[in-house]
Amino acid sequence: MDNINKELFGDPKLYRKPVKEIEEKWKLVPAFLKIKGLVRQHIDSFNYFINVEIKKIVEANNKVTCDADPLFYIKYTNVHVGTPDVDEGFNISKPTTPHECRLRDMTYSAPISVDIEYTRGGQRVARTGLLIGRMPIMLKSSNCVLSNKSEYELAKMNECPLDPGGYFVVKGQEKVILIQEQLSKNRMLVEEGKWGVQCQVTSLTHDKKSRTVVFIKGNKYYMGHNTFTDPIPVSIVFKAMDVLSDKEICELIGIPDIHKLTPTLEECHKLKIYTQEAALKHLGSKIVAKRYVTSASKIKTPTDEARDLLATTVLAHVPVEEYDFRLKAVYLGLMVKRVIQGQIDKKFLDDRDYYGNKRMELAGSLISLMFEDAFKRFNFDLKSIAEKTIPKIRATQFDVVKYMRSELITNCLVFAISTGNWTIKRFRMERLGVTQVLSRLSYISALGMMTRVNSQFESTRKVSGPRSLQPSQWGMLCPSDTPEGESCGLVKNLALMTHVTTDIDEYPLIRLAKNCGVEDIGMVASIAIHSPAAFIVCLNGNILGVTTNYKKLINVFRLMRRKGKISNYVSIYPSFLHKCVYISSDGGRLCRPYIIVENGQPLVTQQHIVDLENGIRSFEDFLHDGLIEFLDVNEENDSYIACYEKDITQQTTHLEIATFTLLGVCAGLVPYPHHNQSPRNTYQCAMGKQAMGTIGYNQRNRMDTLLYNLVYPQIPMCKSKSIELTNFDKLPAGQNATIAVMSYSGYDIEDALILNKASIDRGFGRCLVYRNSKCIMKRYPNQTFDRIQGPMMDTQTNQAMWKHSCLDNDGIASPGEQVQNRQVLVNKSVPTVSAVPGTPSSTTVEYKETPLGYRNIEPSYIEKVLISTNEEDTTLIKILLRQTRRPEIGDKFSSRHGQKGVIGLIVEQEDMPFNEYGICPDIIMNPHGYPSRMTVGKLLELLSGKAGTVEGKFHYGTAFGGSKVEDVGNELIKHGYNYQGKDFFYSGITGEPLEAYIYSGPVYYQKLKHMVQDKIHARARGPRAVLTRQPTEGRSRDGGLRLGEMERDCLIGYGASMMLVERLMVSSDQCEVDVCNQCGRLGYCGWCNSCKSSGQVSTVTMPYACKLLLTELQAMNITARLSLSNYCK
Amino acid sequence: MNTFNDEKPRVIMTEHKIVNNNPTAPTVLDDQFDVKKFKKIFRIVIVRYENNEMEFDMIGIHPFLANTFRRLIISDVPSMAIEKVHILNNTSIIQDEVLAHRLGLIPLRADPRLFEYKADWSTPPNEKDTLEFELKIKCSNNKDSSKKESSRAEDIYKNPNVYSKHIKWVPIGNQKKKFKDVEVGPIHPDILISKMRPGHELDLKLFAVKSNGKDHAKFSPVATAFYRLLPEIKIVKPVEGEAAYRLQQCFSPGVIGVRSEGDKKLAVVKDARYDTSSRNIFRYDDLKDAVVMSKIQDHFIFTIESVGAMQPDVIFKEAITLLKEKCLSLLNELNS
Repeated sequence: MDNINKELFGDPKLYRKPVKEIEEKWKLVPAFLKIKGLVRQHIDSFNYFINVEIKKIVEANNKVTCDADPLFYIKYTNVHVGTPDVDEGFNISKPTTPHECRLRDMTYSAPISVDIEYTRGGQRVARTGLLIGRMPIMLKSSNCVLSNKSEYELAKMNECPLDPGGYFVVKGQEKVILIQEQLSKNRMLVEEGKWGVQCQVTSLTHDKKSRTVVFIKGNKYYMGHNTFTDPIPVSIVFKAMDVLSDKEICELIGIPDIHKLTPTLEECHKLKIYTQEAALKHLGSKIVAKRYVTSASKIKTPTDEARDLLATTVLAHVPVEEYDFRLKAVYLGLMVKRVIQGQIDKKFLDDRDYYGNKRMELAGSLISLMFEDAFKRFNFDLKSIAEKTIPKIRATQFDVVKYMRSELITNCLVFAISTGNWTIKRFRMERLGVTQVLSRLSYISALGMMTRVNSQFESTRKVSGPRSLQPSQWGMLCPSDTPEGESCGLVKNLALMTHVTTDIDEYPLIRLAKNCGVEDIGMVASIAIHSPAAFIVCLNGNILGVTTNYKKLINVFRLMRRKGKISNYVSIYPSFLHKCVYISSDGGRLCRPYIIVENGQPLVTQQHIVDLENGIRSFEDFLHDGLIEFLDVNEENDSYIACYEKDITQQTTHLEIATFTLLGVCAGLVPYPHHNQSPRNTYQCAMGKQAMGTIGYNQRNRMDTLLYNLVYPQIPMCKSKSIELTNFDKLPAGQNATIAVMSYSGYDIEDALILNKASIDRGFGRCLVYRNSKCIMKRYPNQTFDRIQGPMMDTQTNQAMWKHSCLDNDGIASPGEQVQNRQVLVNKSVPTVSAVPGTPSSTTVEYKETPLGYRNIEPSYIEKVLISTNEEDTTLIKILLRQTRRPEIGDKFSSRHGQKGVIGLIVEQEDMPFNEYGICPDIIMNPHGYPSRMTVGKLLELLSGKAGTVEGKFHYGTAFGGSKVEDVGNELIKHGYNYQGKDFFYSGITGEPLEAYIYSGPVYYQKLKHMVQDKIHARARGPRAVLTRQPTEGRSRDGGLRLGEMERDCLIGYGASMMLVERLMVSSDQCEVDVCNQCGRLGYCGWCNSCKSSGQVSTVTMPYACKLLLTELQAMNITARLSLSNYCK
Repeated sequence: MNTFNDEKPRVIMTEHKIVNNNPTAPTVLDDQFDVKKFKKIFRIVIVRYENNEMEFDMIGIHPFLANTFRRLIISDVPSMAIEKVHILNNTSIIQDEVLAHRLGLIPLRADPRLFEYKADWSTPPNEKDTLEFELKIKCSNNKDSSKKESSRAEDIYKNPNVYSKHIKWVPIGNQKKKFKDVEVGPIHPDILISKMRPGHELDLKLFAVKSNGKDHAKFSPVATAFYRLLPEIKIVKPVEGEAAYRLQQCFSPGVIGVRSEGDKKLAVVKDARYDTSSRNIFRYDDLKDAVVMSKIQDHFIFTIESVGAMQPDVIFKEAITLLKEKCLSLLNELNS
């Protein structure tokens, strides 16, 4: 009986009670976001830089000496980044706010001050608080005035409390340093290379960056490095590292089949290399000749140089102390082993696109690279100044402090951030487009930009690997949010709960590992390293030692992490393939929190969530109590994670907090995304960023170059949890439009929408467009300056002339006034002579009028005027212009399901269909939009939106959850509506019932920034280019509409030759040219200058471009002669 | 398909579409319009008339005529609304254009029949075509110390909210004699126009003119005007017991009743008039064929929700006058 039971139901000892669902556990997500915020990764990384890493950088480069005077030195003892301030002139600085910097086109930066010790003459002098440069400060970072401020305080500083921060304000522009994704440094990567399997390591230390490759060529193993001209057999490298016996080399490589190494080892014997000396000598002969030899560098023998290179440059991240190459030899051995393993079995090859092998480079680390480069240059400059100045005999003592200019570092950082060109000389790194202007189209676009991840991969190459969705992206990067086209799959976005680590001190980890029985690699015999029982322990890519009990090591580390004894972000995982235990504490790893599950039960209980709701617990408490932990991609792959409680088994180690966090900020806006075809969600992610709406609570205080606002933004009827978490419901970008899915007229084909005129009259889709005009009042070296004069008066009417009619008495347009095309905003004039320095020659200065005009066919209103000074202390005038636009035919709208469309027709309300309740739709949408797009999510949004309106509540369309159709349908029934959402409609035109039932209800519609008014363009006659006399190009220059090559081909094909002449010459650049029949050259005014006669000159019509060509050829000493013959013979 | 055998023109609501049912006898719908006949059959029954809302039945009329009235009411019957706003001062947060737009949408109490259309905007406003209003308000800190503890905007500040009641009528010419104060002004006193904070000030001159809904929705005299066809429900198969209650649930309350016949519960149609055509019976396979829902095509349940300037019946009469004028002018055009 027992046996039968056991067979049927399994071992009763393994029974466990069912795991109850932890209700509302998603509340951990807002708790997480409360402490982390959506852009925490940027801020954390920057904080780490200004508080920790900058000190390390200065310490690493703390001494400046000079060859001219051996006693001279400068020593940096401390460095400090202050709080942002602005120079008010006369050495007075006052604290500033980011908003002030935005308005006044300044840089939001803080002074970097150092404490130094240096010699002046023979004395040793100490100085503190010397300014060496200014550091642009990230908003909401620890040094920012906005950090830890209440909503009220933020409002006082004109800052939106919902603004995420994490960007810089440089020259008045908001700049984001995008997250850069790259392969992890200092890790072995085995892959198929040029010759076969290779193992490469990119080493990165503070001052060196180098790449070492071990590869197989023929049957020999080589090491390649760019300091050596040729690949070097690994056996020689081993010998150069003082591993002389072939046996030990084999042990270090540690593969069972030694014969594979024989050819490589033979190489040594062929070259008769038996000693370290001989090996180094061989290496010395292969060193790449240096391009420039500095006089100061001591002349080294090739052997010494090879030894130095081997110690510092080859595998630079592996430390070599006192030329003890032991660790490096073990490392090299491991690399060779990986290559051999990869040769035997393909499973040993690594995946480049795997996110465990990637690191994110954030603002902090990028700026630290830039700062270190600038700081080194700064020190180098000081050194060369000292070298130049000290030998001179001077009256005053040489005081180096006088030569410390803060501009170098300031300009370097400001230039890098404002242009996005990241040029780091010592790494020969040149990257473009690292920073971007924060897009403030809508709140979501700004937020989406902060979570953007840029791949270093070239976007022009056609490879699918890096672009395709990687399984390890799960939960870390949003699967939907990527642009289409060129950079598809290369630009990604972080998911909602992703955290990017910063560097963590290694020392405690090393101690802990040693305490857990990790044998130091220096103590282990070579033969033991690769023994079957041993696991190699690696810390951040460096070999730490060997352990036999890896399980204990891992358990202890995890326990310590959960107990908070070591950092939460340390990850440890075993690789059974490599027989290694990897511990990572480096920065740039992607990680996210999970609920810990022990013995089939999640540690977070309902009580914990209740506590959280009551505010007794915070997310940090969950971390402290070891209920939740962060896993990085690598450790995630060593865990058994359940999505839902019902999936938990005995083996489960972790539980997902909330499934919707898999998506990012932009994809979180889509209701019911799990019902949509996946590209639709991707399209919406791109379009959500173009939607108009609210920018922030401080939007009315801003003066951006272009800013779009919706007049009546609404919260979507169908919300999602992500919407609430990202505060989209507080700063919405769209309106709930009642749509009817039916066809109407013929103006709704190809996704065009029919709009109700009455809805527009009542404010639907109405938007505000703000634009600014700027002008600067300059001062010139000859004591002259720009001036502004009041409006020019009409003498007869005593009114300002039309052009100046919106000017105030001070010559600047006055707020509230309407400005028309070509009217003047600022009546500025510039002195005609400004270049000559000195006092103006006479008392009267001549001025030239250079008014700031308004150029737009549609008039604008002046919202406000700002008069201030910028950093250079020149007067700055900014004028904010406003337009209110109502939707017109051709304006673009989109729902939240990647369904965009333009207005095809605006219909009077009485012509719109209406239902039994007298409701007529705001928008009619053609049903053909559905079948091929398969956006079922939109259908569901409509249904739950409708139920929400009748019930008076918001429904949820959260990803992988949300209100169920059945419940929603029942709610509709309760209020007397059809359960399918289809209503009985009457035609507004005939008055009869429509044959079909119409699916209708509210759908959230976004107005996109593409509006007809900004694109409309037509031209009959207009400006021409000076050089070619052809019509100008482009709308902004009132250009002509080009009859292009293909259109031309059509005309040729049709044989419409007169039409061709008319289009290409008469309507373009027709010109009358005099041609001399005698010499064939061009004449002028009926006179041939080369023949000195007017006898044979006749007038010919040709395109000016042709005449231009002839003259230009003539200028180059080529004569093109024309021979004329009669047209109608 | 279920077909009714009667002389009323009707549509039958099936599960997926609406089907026309051909009546046995000729009806209004297929006859040529004949005034005499029309006079004989046509009836208007006022069902409900409360405040500004009226519901009445129009029986024996062709849909085109019913629809014409609906359309005329929405777009052709004129009313008064603020059209021009002179902004003398606006330091509030709300933009001038948006403010003007909001003011325009405020329904005004003024009988449009007493005004003329403004023919030409270049002429100054006169008593016959324009109503002038004024909105002058300033927000300041409330000096009243009794409410110092409060953190409500209403207590801390004076005039934090601008309501439609703050709009003051400025009579032009003989308007003061013509209208009493109660007759002119915003209908609802509590429409929020703007929110203000100390230092904000509004000083506006508003000009209301007469126009119709074709011009702008704000001139439409109704919130909405619409009709629906009279529903009729027939239970063709007896529905008993639990199914009867289920059937009852499928319709709006009061449409289906349950009658006890002995110990049997039988579903009966009580009053089909207020059915909302929700067609929820199609959820149940057993009830699908038990009921036939139809609508009578020449019986219109007309609803007019007036904005408040004119009573619904007046609006309807206005629409008729307009139709008459239009017909006459068409006839004139044809005859000339």
